[in-house]
Amino acid sequence: MTPQLAIFLVLAAIAVAGAVNVILQRHPIHSAISLITVMIALAGLFLLLESEFIAAVQIIVYAGAIMVLFVFVIMLLNAGAEERTNMSRMARYAGVPLAIFLLIELAYQIGAATLSMTPQPPAAEVTRGLSMLLFQDFVFPFELTSILILIAILGALVLAQRGEGVPAKGGQ
Amino acid sequence: MNETIAHSILLVSLVKVVVLLFLVLTAVAYLVWFERKVAAHIQGRWGPYRVGPHGLLQPLADGVKFLMKEDATPAGVDRFVYFAAPLLTMTLAISAIAMIPFGPASIHILGVATPLVVANINVGLLAILAITSIGVYGVALAGWSSNNKYSLLGGLRSSAQMISYELSLTLSVVGILLLAGTFNLSELIMRQDGFTWGFLPKWNLLNPTLPQILGFFCYFVAAVAETNRAPFDLAEAESELVAGYHTEYSSFKFAMFFLGEYASMITVACLASILFLGGWLSPFPPTPGLAWTRYIPAAALAIAGVVLIINGAGYLTAFGRIVLPGLGIALCALAFLVSRPSVIDSVQGPFWFLAKVLLVLFIYVWVRWTLPRFRYDQLMRFGWKFLFPVALLNVVLTSLAVVMRK
Repeated sequence: MTPQLAIFLVLAAIAVAGAVNVILQRHPIHSAISLITVMIALAGLFLLLESEFIAAVQIIVYAGAIMVLFVFVIMLLNAGAEERTNMSRMARYAGVPLAIFLLIELAYQIGAATLSMTPQPPAAEVTRGLSMLLFQDFVFPFELTSILILIAILGALVLAQRGEGVPAKGGQ
Repeated sequence: MNETIAHSILLVSLVKVVVLLFLVLTAVAYLVWFERKVAAHIQGRWGPYRVGPHGLLQPLADGVKFLMKEDATPAGVDRFVYFAAPLLTMTLAISAIAMIPFGPASIHILGVATPLVVANINVGLLAILAITSIGVYGVALAGWSSNNKYSLLGGLRSSAQMISYELSLTLSVVGILLLAGTFNLSELIMRQDGFTWGFLPKWNLLNPTLPQILGFFCYFVAAVAETNRAPFDLAEAESELVAGYHTEYSSFKFAMFFLGEYASMITVACLASILFLGGWLSPFPPTPGLAWTRYIPAAALAIAGVVLIINGAGYLTAFGRIVLPGLGIALCALAFLVSRPSVIDSVQGPFWFLAKVLLVLFIYVWVRWTLPRFRYDQLMRFGWKFLFPVALLNVVLTSLAVVMRK
C-alpha cells in the first residue's frame, strides 16, 4: 500500500464517518462540528490531488466562513437538542427503500464513471489556470452569480425587516 | 539510496518541528513577560520583579502555577466540546508558525541542507489564512460549551467580530498578492528585494508601484481584532463579561487559551513583517560604503551584553548579581561568534526578521495599553463601514497602479 493510498483511506474514512455523524448527532452544534470535520477531510483529499489552492479555499470558505455562520446562528438562537419522533408510516415504507435505492444508484453511477476515467496528471499551475477561467473565460457568468447572491441577501434583509418600518410608539 | 534520503529528510523535518516548537513555546512565555514589562513601564511601574532578576523567571513560575491549580469542570458543560476547544485554539495557533520562513540561508542538519522553514508550500499565505479562519471555533465553542451566560456572550461576540474582520484582513493582503503574483511566503519576500533611488527599500510598505500603507493599516487593525486583543477584546471584556469565553476554564486549559493568544500574536507579527516589511531583507543597500551594517547584529548583541553586565553588577539580590552578568557575558560571546566572517552572512536574515517581528510585537503591546476598548456597536460600525471600504479601496488602487505600470 502506497502512503498516498493510506492517507486517502484515512481521510475518506474521516469524511464518511463525519458525514454520517452529522445526521446521527442530536445536538445542532455537534452536527455542525461533524460537518466541519468533513470539510477539513475533503480539503485533505484535495491536497492529495495536488490542488493546494482548492484545499486552502475549501477550508477558508467552507470551514472558516460558512460553518462559522452556522455555528454563530445556532449559538445565537441557543438551539437545544432536537427531539426524535418515531418514523411516520410513510417514511418507513416508502422513504427507507427509496433512500437505499438512491444510494445504490449513486454508488453504481459513480463507480461506473470512475472505471472509465484515466488518471490525469495535475495541472502545473492550478491557481493561475483557475483565475484565467474565473476572471477571463467565464467572467460574465461569474459576476452574474455574484449579483444573484447579492440580490438574495438584500431580499432576505427586506423580508426580515418587513413590518418594522413604522417605529413603535414610545420606544426607540 | 533514494529511500535513505527520504528517511533523512523526514528525520530533519521532525528535528525542525521539535526545535521550532521549543522556540515558539519559549518565545510565547517570554512574550507574556515582555508585555507585562512594557505595560508596566508605560504606566510608570516596574512590572514583574520578584521571581528571578528583573522577573525573568516569572514565565516559569506562571507555568508551574497553571499546572498546579485545581482543574475544575463546571456542572452541565458539554464535555467533548469543552475539552476540545482549548486544545483546538492552542494547536491551530502554534501550527500556523510552521509556514513562516525565518531566513534565506539553508542550514545543514545530518548532512541535509534545509531551509529555515518547516513547511515551504506554494500557497503558504493561504494556508496561514485558512488556519486563522478555523481558529474562531476555539473561542466560539469554548463560550458555548461552558454552560455560562457570560461565556456564551463572549463566544458570540468573538465569532461575529472574527467573521467581520476576517474580510478586511484577507482584502488587505490582496494588494500585495497583486504586486507579487505569488502565494509563497519566501517568494513574497524575494519580490521585495531592491532599493528605490538607491536607498529606500522596496518593501511592500514602500512599494514603488503603490506603497501599501493603507493595506498595512487595514492588516494591522484587522489582525489585532482577529487575535481578540485590546481595543478589540470584547470576547473577554472583563468589565462586562467576567472573563468572557474562558470564564469557566481553569488550570492548564486556561493556559492553553493563553498560549494560543500569544502564539497567534507571534504569527500575525511574523506575517506583518513578511508581507509589508520585507521579511529577512536588510534595510541597508549592499553598497561597499555600507558594509559596516553587516556588523549591526553583533553590535546589538554586544551592547545588550554590556548593559546586562553593568546593570547586573549592582543588582539587589546575590542571585541577580551572578545571573545577569553571566547572561551578559554569554551575549558578548555570542556577539563575538556572530561577527566571525564565516557566520556573519548567515545571521543577517534571521536577525533582521526577528528585529522586525519584535518591532511589530512592541507596537501590538503598546496599542493594547494605550487605547480603550471599543463598544460593541462601534466595533461593528468600524469594521464594516470604515475598515472594509478602505481595504476595498486599497485593492482597487493597487490594481489600477499595477495595470498602469504594465
